[in-house]
Amino acid sequence: MIHARGIEVSFGSVKALDGVDLLVADGEVRALLGPNGAGKTTLVSVLTTLLTPTAGTAVIDGFDVCNQPNEVRSRIGLAGQYAAVDNLLTGRENLEIVGRLYQLPKAVAKKRASEALERLSLTDAGDRLVRTYSGGMRRRLDLGASLVGRPKVLVLDEPTTGLDPRTRIELWEFLRELVDEGATVLLTTQYLEEADELADEISVIESGRVIAEGTADELKQRMGGDVLVAAPVDRNSLIALCEIVATVTGNEARLTDSGSVSAPVNNKVDSLVRVAAELDRAGIELAEIAIQRPSLDDVFLSLTGDAPTVEES
Amino acid sequence: MSTAIRPDAAQAISRPSLFGDAVTMTRRNLLRLSRTPQVIVFSTIQPLMFVFLFNFVFGGSIETGVSYINYLVPGVLVQTSLFAGSNTAIGLAQDLESGAIDRFRSLPMRRSAVLIGRTLADAVRSLITAVVVVAVGFALGFRPGGGVLALVAGIALGVAFAHAFTWVFTFMALKVRDVEAVQAAAFIPVFPLVFAASTFAPVENMPEWLQAFASRQPVTLTADTMRALFNGTDLGSSWFWALVWIAGIFAVAATLAVRTFERS
Repeated sequence: MIHARGIEVSFGSVKALDGVDLLVADGEVRALLGPNGAGKTTLVSVLTTLLTPTAGTAVIDGFDVCNQPNEVRSRIGLAGQYAAVDNLLTGRENLEIVGRLYQLPKAVAKKRASEALERLSLTDAGDRLVRTYSGGMRRRLDLGASLVGRPKVLVLDEPTTGLDPRTRIELWEFLRELVDEGATVLLTTQYLEEADELADEISVIESGRVIAEGTADELKQRMGGDVLVAAPVDRNSLIALCEIVATVTGNEARLTDSGSVSAPVNNKVDSLVRVAAELDRAGIELAEIAIQRPSLDDVFLSLTGDAPTVEES
Repeated sequence: MSTAIRPDAAQAISRPSLFGDAVTMTRRNLLRLSRTPQVIVFSTIQPLMFVFLFNFVFGGSIETGVSYINYLVPGVLVQTSLFAGSNTAIGLAQDLESGAIDRFRSLPMRRSAVLIGRTLADAVRSLITAVVVVAVGFALGFRPGGGVLALVAGIALGVAFAHAFTWVFTFMALKVRDVEAVQAAAFIPVFPLVFAASTFAPVENMPEWLQAFASRQPVTLTADTMRALFNGTDLGSSWFWALVWIAGIFAVAATLAVRTFERS
C-alpha cells in the first residue's frame, strides 16, 4: 500500500509538489497522469526514497520513506524512464548485480535473474551485452531489474516514453501480466491511453497537485465522453460553425489552435448527422468532421477549465 | 485503511553489508572495464609516450645523478596516477547521468559501496598500467637495483597514491555532476601537482620560491620514495611524509565524497 499525505517539495522558490495526497490500496494499479514538468518524477523520487520531501509524509507497505528508507527500499522495485541498465554488462549480469544489492544470497540472485529473463522473453539475449539490445529489450530488462527483489510495490516512471508505438504495445503486454499477478503498481505516464490500458484508477497531476482522481471512464465522463471535431474550409466561418456545433450538441464548443471546433457529444451519430445538415443549410463547407475520443489535452483542459470556449448564445 | 508504521518489523531487516555491497560494486566496475579494453590500452599508451618522449628528448639534458630512465619511471608512475584519476570522475559522472546511480539509490544497499566499488576498480586499473610502464621501462634500460621486494613496495605505494587521489576526483565528480565539465575540472589541480614536482626533473634546479612548494608536495615525496625503493638508495624521511600525505588525502577526500553522496 502507498499512502502519501501533504507531500511538498521545493527547489529554491519553485514548488515542484504542492501538497500531494495519494492513497493506493494493496493490489491496485494506479496511474499518475500528467504532462512534462507536472511533478510526476518528483513524486516518484519521494516515494522511492531518492528525495526527502520538504513537508508531508509517505508510507509504503507500512514503512515511512523518510525514517525507514532501507525497509522501504527492500520492498519497492523502480523502473525508470531512463532505463538504468548497464550497457557494458550482459542482461544476466545486470539482474544478478541488482539481486545482490537487494541483499539476496548469490544462488538466489542467480535464480531470480534467470526467472526474470524468462518472464520478459529475454532468455536468448540474456548473455549478450546490453549495448546490443533494442530500445524495447532495454526497457524490458529495466523492468526485470525492478522485479528481482520481488517487490511489494512496483514503481514505473514513464515505462514507455520514447518507444515506438509497436514496442509500446508489446511492453504493455508484459506490464499487463505483471499487473494481473496482483502487485501494487504506481505508474506514471503522459498518455491517457496508457493509463486507460493498464490502470484501475488514475490520478491526474498538474503543477505539483493532484487535480482529479477516478477511473478512466469517470474522467472522460467528466469531460463529456466523446468529442465532435469539425473544421471548415474557410476559416472565416469558424465562429458560425462554433455556434452551430454548440447548439446541436447542447455543450460548450471550443476553438482549437489548428483551426477546428470541438465539443463533447452524447449522441454520436445523431449529432454528426444534425451538425452536417445544419451546416449544409447555413452554406458552410466542411474540410473535416469526425467523432474522437477525448485526448489528454481535452481532459486537462476540461479539468483545469482554462480552455478557450465559446458560450452557447 | 490503516497506515500505521511498523517499527517492530523494521528491526527484522538486517543492515546491508558494506563489505558485500563493495565487492558487488567492484565486480560490476571490473566487468565494465573488461568490456572496454580500449580504455586500458589508451590509458596505458599515454604514460608510455611520456616514458619515450622524456627519455629520448630530455633525458640527455637533465642531470639527475642516476640514469635518466631510472629517474623517469617512478615519476611517470605518479604522473599517470593523477592523469588517470580523471577517468574515475568521468565514469562516476556518467553513472550519475545515465540513471544508474538512481537505481542503486533505490536499492537496500550501503550507498558508500557505489563509491568504494568505483575507486577499488580504478586501483586495479592503476596497477595494470603501472606494471606495463615498469615492463616497458625495463626494455628501455630501467634497472632497479633495490631488489624485487622494494620494487613491489614502490609500485604498491604508487597504487596507494593513485587510490587516495581517485577519492579527490570522486568528490569533484559528485560536486560537478557533468561528464565534460568534470573532465576539464579534473586537470586544474593535476598540472601544477605533476609539473611543479620532481616528476621529470630534480626540484633543486627550480627557483627557490617554487622549490618551497615542490619539495613538500605529495607528488615529489611519493616519486622520491619510489625512486629510493627502486634504486636501493637512502629513503630519508620522504617515505614518512609521503605516507602522511596519502593517508591524509584519502581520509579527507573519502569522507567528503561519502558524505556528499549520502546526502544528495
